[in-house]
Amino acid sequence: MTAMAHKPQPQSGTASPAAEPELSGMQTLTFAKALTLAMADSMAVDPSVLVFGEDVGTLGGVFRVTDGLTRRFGEDRCFDTPLAESGIIGMATGMAINGMKPVVEMQFDAFAYPAFEQITSHVAKMGNRTKGKVRLPIVIRIPYAGGIGGVEHHCDSSEAYYVHTPGLTVLTPSTVTDAYTMLRDAIASPDPVIFLEPKKLYFSKDTVDVDALRARYGAGSTAPSTIGRAVIAREGSDATLIAYGPSMAAALAAAETAAAEGRSLQVVDVRSLVPFDDETVCAAVRSTGRAVVIAEAPGFASMASEIVARIQERCFHSLAAPVLRVTGFDIPFPAPRLEKYYLPGVDRILDTVEELQWEES
Amino acid sequence: MTNHPEFMEYPGNAGRAEGYLLPSEEPVQLIAADGSATGNDGYKEPYQLPGPATLVEGYGRLVMGRRVNEQANALVRQGRMAVYPSSTGQEACQVAADMSLRGSDWLFPTYRDTVAILGRGVDPMEAFESLRGDWHSGFDPHQYNTGLPTTPLATQLLHAVGVAHAAKLRGEDTVVLTLCGDGASSEGDFHEALNFAAVFHVPVVFLIQNNQYAISVPLIRQSVAPSLAHKAVGYGMPGERVDGNDLAALLAVVGHAVERARNGGGPSLVEAHTYRMESHTNADDATRYRTAAEVAQWVPKDPLLRLQKYLHDAGHLAPADSERFAADAEAVAKTLRDGLNTETVPDPAELFSFVYSEPTPQLREQARLLADELAAGQSLEGALR
Repeated sequence: MTAMAHKPQPQSGTASPAAEPELSGMQTLTFAKALTLAMADSMAVDPSVLVFGEDVGTLGGVFRVTDGLTRRFGEDRCFDTPLAESGIIGMATGMAINGMKPVVEMQFDAFAYPAFEQITSHVAKMGNRTKGKVRLPIVIRIPYAGGIGGVEHHCDSSEAYYVHTPGLTVLTPSTVTDAYTMLRDAIASPDPVIFLEPKKLYFSKDTVDVDALRARYGAGSTAPSTIGRAVIAREGSDATLIAYGPSMAAALAAAETAAAEGRSLQVVDVRSLVPFDDETVCAAVRSTGRAVVIAEAPGFASMASEIVARIQERCFHSLAAPVLRVTGFDIPFPAPRLEKYYLPGVDRILDTVEELQWEES
Repeated sequence: MTNHPEFMEYPGNAGRAEGYLLPSEEPVQLIAADGSATGNDGYKEPYQLPGPATLVEGYGRLVMGRRVNEQANALVRQGRMAVYPSSTGQEACQVAADMSLRGSDWLFPTYRDTVAILGRGVDPMEAFESLRGDWHSGFDPHQYNTGLPTTPLATQLLHAVGVAHAAKLRGEDTVVLTLCGDGASSEGDFHEALNFAAVFHVPVVFLIQNNQYAISVPLIRQSVAPSLAHKAVGYGMPGERVDGNDLAALLAVVGHAVERARNGGGPSLVEAHTYRMESHTNADDATRYRTAAEVAQWVPKDPLLRLQKYLHDAGHLAPADSERFAADAEAVAKTLRDGLNTETVPDPAELFSFVYSEPTPQLREQARLLADELAAGQSLEGALR
């Protein structure tokens, strides 16, 4: 028996055409497939990119986000680990010290908590501790937040823990295009990235030009990184809705409904929680003078609180009303049959917009 | 014997019974506390007493380690360092770790392993920068293939596994040795690291320096396993226990484990029995939890005096060597004294420089705020002068 005989090996060549047709041109992709493609394309151009975690190998991940990576790149590049999240992050730290770029999966938001010490004490601090001599280019992918009728421990909005930890970049895409570009940017980043993937978006679809997406990462490309840049997801002039990741769909739906009722709502997708794009968010708020921040996580001491504080500090004289929030309640994420009462929805968002001290007209 | 195919392919493992994973029935000892050679009967491997040249080199390193511990303790008392976790009396484990590794191998130490860090060639002032309080670290891990001394217990064991795993994937013959204490063996990361190392069959040697105490808590409150080395069996790797104050035995046992790892035999666990002769740090008071009589029992087991006696009696220790070792140690002690007595001014602007590879806009803003504060403070000082 050879040393490697017990491991699934890549089939001939770098890719197995039957198993993994090479995508190009205009394609209708799910959010999950765009993430897979981002990992595959990163692995194809950089042999130091490795993918590992629980069930990411043969199974392709519980959400199939790593589907086909072991088949295509072999067990050395995409593999299952023992069921131990601190072990996954700690081993990734050592691999990153020794020249690798690990992309690891935490399976579910609340399952990442056993890794909290490795993330906060080492992953986040190593660059600062060593005055930049050791950077840890680790991407920690976390299927995240609710809206899928998941049971306890499978629906947490855990971003506050990470955004509160200096040294971590924290991203959460909400579109198929951003799923691809933001994950590629995360993998290319020299700094550790917490990559929060809204579970309820995994099977959302969009038609995208795969070649154009790839071209952003080709030689000579001057396409800017998505890290640190918010985007205007919908133009509007009466008030600004600020949301990200799992709350974007509700924000956009609220703006659509409001438009039908004669209210023009602008929607900002924060998408890069850290670094935070004060410039784009504040310019948007100044343009309308009213703002509502929407996030699924409990509102107390949250990312939403931080956004509100930053707006009040910077835009006070442009505001016609206090900045309000629509967030999850300050309770543990509810059981599946109760989550509809908890999640920020269109009605709660529009009710809040109505409270923005509109002048009688 | 284990379920790992690569483990079974390693010639040193083939055909061995499951019991081979168990440590020897007694801690391996090759030189007794009185300095006499004890022979190597009854251990699971035919450990050989290292040759005179190796032992003389090791003795020199022990002399250096002891002097560094004494000097650092003195500098703490004089207020030149915030804190120093002393390893007086347990230096042999760190010396054996260094001597068993090549420069291309990696070491992952704890906060009590400054002697091992110096032994890897780290500049003394770089090694002591974090203890002085100027920054959280002072040396570049890649320059010395040595991890930074890690404070959160057992977390570095996983980093060792990762470094070894990356090296294995690239086909390099790097071995990684990582140190921890008896208290750390209770941590979850200890379990995860040993399990990952065995499952991925990576070249890591885990060396527990069992110095009997985790600050005040004695070993019996950490574990009631027959020994900490027995824990290896549960992971499917060999365990071994060794007299941690016998450098000769440590070199034989740790050296064997390192060569096993290098040749594809996989990870192993070594437990070294030693004793923390001083308090946990200068901030601790060991008289609150252990008796002077207990400490006194360990004085005659001292690793330095033991090896000195053996080498002297065997006629291996030339006076010129002794003088050279003392002079080298004194030179490092002087470097530490001079260095730590020199006032340094850490640059507050650096607080923002390294958190990310490029400071975020928010950090730039905060850096400007602090710079303005400092400039205002200086002009106020100027006005008052």
